[in-house]
Amino acid sequence: MKALIHWLGNTDLSNFIKTVTWIIPGVQVVHILAISVVVASMGMFDLRLLGWTGRRHSIASLASRFLPWLWGALLVLLLSGSILIIGEPERSLGNLVFQLKMALLLTAVSVTLGFRRLLLRDLATGSSDLRPEHDRVARLVGGVSLCLWVGIVTAGRWIAYAG
Amino acid sequence: MITQWLERLEATRIATAISESTWAFPTIETVHVLAITLVVGSITMVDLRLLGVSLRDRAIAELLEEVLPWTWTSFTVAVVSGSLLFASAATHYWGTAPFRAKMLLLGFAGANMLIFHFVVQRRGPGAMGAETGRAAKLSGGISLCLWIGIVGCGRWIGFV
Repeated sequence: MKALIHWLGNTDLSNFIKTVTWIIPGVQVVHILAISVVVASMGMFDLRLLGWTGRRHSIASLASRFLPWLWGALLVLLLSGSILIIGEPERSLGNLVFQLKMALLLTAVSVTLGFRRLLLRDLATGSSDLRPEHDRVARLVGGVSLCLWVGIVTAGRWIAYAG
Repeated sequence: MITQWLERLEATRIATAISESTWAFPTIETVHVLAITLVVGSITMVDLRLLGVSLRDRAIAELLEEVLPWTWTSFTVAVVSGSLLFASAATHYWGTAPFRAKMLLLGFAGANMLIFHFVVQRRGPGAMGAETGRAAKLSGGISLCLWIGIVGCGRWIGFV
């Protein structure tokens, strides 16, 4: 990891990002805006899975409404995040809080993909929504995903202070 | 006058506790960021609907009724947490350009919202169907730009 950080920090691209002062703050703003899209859409989706709000909408309809926004925003986050990493590899890759954030992110994406598969399988059997016997799974996924996203944002902000 | 008031604010027990603690500022800031993501994310949903970009199958009134309670709750949290952050170094923040720009843009966003609510929306259901009128599109577009600016200024405050 140390070698990677050293190599990345000495690339032309890294030096370019570092010397142009507005790149890092500017890209951070794009990163925060994309996180807003993720938090608002996944927050609403997860609260529906928990059964706390939006019960008049089916889980399937909210999945097709919100998940494309999640994938789109994640792509923006991946690109903007990569620029920030290349610009400041030591601050990110070498930071324990950053590593925790990546672990939480991978878990959140896996949980969402797993739930999506379950939903698609239920829909393929002719059901109009997630089958009622999977209600408990939905509640669990909603609760876990909500905690993970709050954890990801929290870890993201704390990269600047700890680790 | 203002400087005196800001100095007094900065000297309050809560403000000094925040500025002297190592963990208080980052913790309140995290709450502030989480609240802002909800404010901006929920407002973006409404703005994109007004612009006719997404959610065209949903009635605007219904969307507003569902989304706005989230916006207001998280906005309240953002104001309270933001005020605490401000108090911890009030005289410093007050003098910075991005802080002033952010407050100005927030004022514009509030005015834009009031105009939408009391002028555009009042024009009746005709203007609020699947295809929104020009005024509603303008409201949504202005709001989207202002909120992008507010997030930008907010981030910029941390760099000066």
